[in-house]
Amino acid sequence: MNEAIDVLVQVLTKYSLVTAFGVIGITVWVSYFLSDKLTRGWVHGSSIAILIGLTLACIGGIKTGGSKGISDIGLFAGIGVLGGTVLRDLAIVSTAFGVRLDVFRKTGLAGILSLLIGVFVAFFVGAIVAYSFGYRDAVSITTIGGGAATFLVGPVTGSALGASSEVMALSITAGLTKSILVMSMTPFVAKYIGLNNPRSALIFGGLMGTTSGVSGGLAATDLKLVPYGAMTATFYTGIACLLGPSVIFILIRLIV
Amino acid sequence: MAIYGTALLSLCLLAGVILGNWLGMAIGVDANVGGVGIAMLILILIAERLRKTGRIQAPTEKGILFWSAIYIPIVVAMAASQNVLAAIEGGPMGILAGALTVTICFALVPLINRLGQSDSEPEETL
Repeated sequence: MNEAIDVLVQVLTKYSLVTAFGVIGITVWVSYFLSDKLTRGWVHGSSIAILIGLTLACIGGIKTGGSKGISDIGLFAGIGVLGGTVLRDLAIVSTAFGVRLDVFRKTGLAGILSLLIGVFVAFFVGAIVAYSFGYRDAVSITTIGGGAATFLVGPVTGSALGASSEVMALSITAGLTKSILVMSMTPFVAKYIGLNNPRSALIFGGLMGTTSGVSGGLAATDLKLVPYGAMTATFYTGIACLLGPSVIFILIRLIV
Repeated sequence: MAIYGTALLSLCLLAGVILGNWLGMAIGVDANVGGVGIAMLILILIAERLRKTGRIQAPTEKGILFWSAIYIPIVVAMAASQNVLAAIEGGPMGILAGALTVTICFALVPLINRLGQSDSEPEETL
């Protein structure tokens, strides 16, 4: 009996990408079923699927102590491939197929503006929280501010400025919280913030900046909005990595 | 053939990411600046050109559309491979910094949306 189970696990591990298609497919099916039966479509199926995904990630973290959620369990390693940067980026780009260029041209300025405001707001909100928790040196404050931008910006800013690893870990927490909240909350707040057209999606992407958060949040809101939000969001991390250790650090050093 | 579409999509992504990395190098950032965004622009431009000249066929389109069709499953897999536990265990300060930023940025969406909008331009809906 045990041998039979061993063979089963072996096959599922060997074909882990195929296992991932199966597991994710079932997750999505269950989510749409729950959406239909329990909430009568009020909570969108993809939104429930993302919440289940995040729960699975948490279980994976508890079980393995790793950093890649459920995909740290050998059996489910394929989920890490399916949801990894490579295939995610390929899928994001594919959503741009059929989009008209003039939408970007018309909202270009608002997009750039939202990017800059998004980066500055994140840094300063993060900085204020860091300050209120007792941090007084500009390096730590800027690093935690970077984390409030995205979980990549925090460590990049921190290593450029020479922050302690404890502060860098905190900045990653801030970034992860942001991405998870954007992923799960966007469909619920969408109608209150007018997130129902290409223009506001573009602004939303620029303000939030977390590619995983924006691509997940918009998918659960309206798939047609994805290319617009993703377009601005993909510039965010780069711009924040550029401004963080330079302009923003100098500003924060002037203030504290 | 479907592979033509997938190949076009893949080449666009690669070109975008390479350009994004070069852009990062040029401005002195060790990150990919807008790679996916650049890839999307390239794909939009090429698709528009191909459509105008009638050189894109339905099977080719399917090779691209398949990937947008499985976008949601990919996003679910992405959610399932996030480091959620680290975010929960990371302590109140990190969580507060993240949550506060998200709340403020949500509130800023309608503000900026109104800010740049001229009255003559009707709001576009999908």
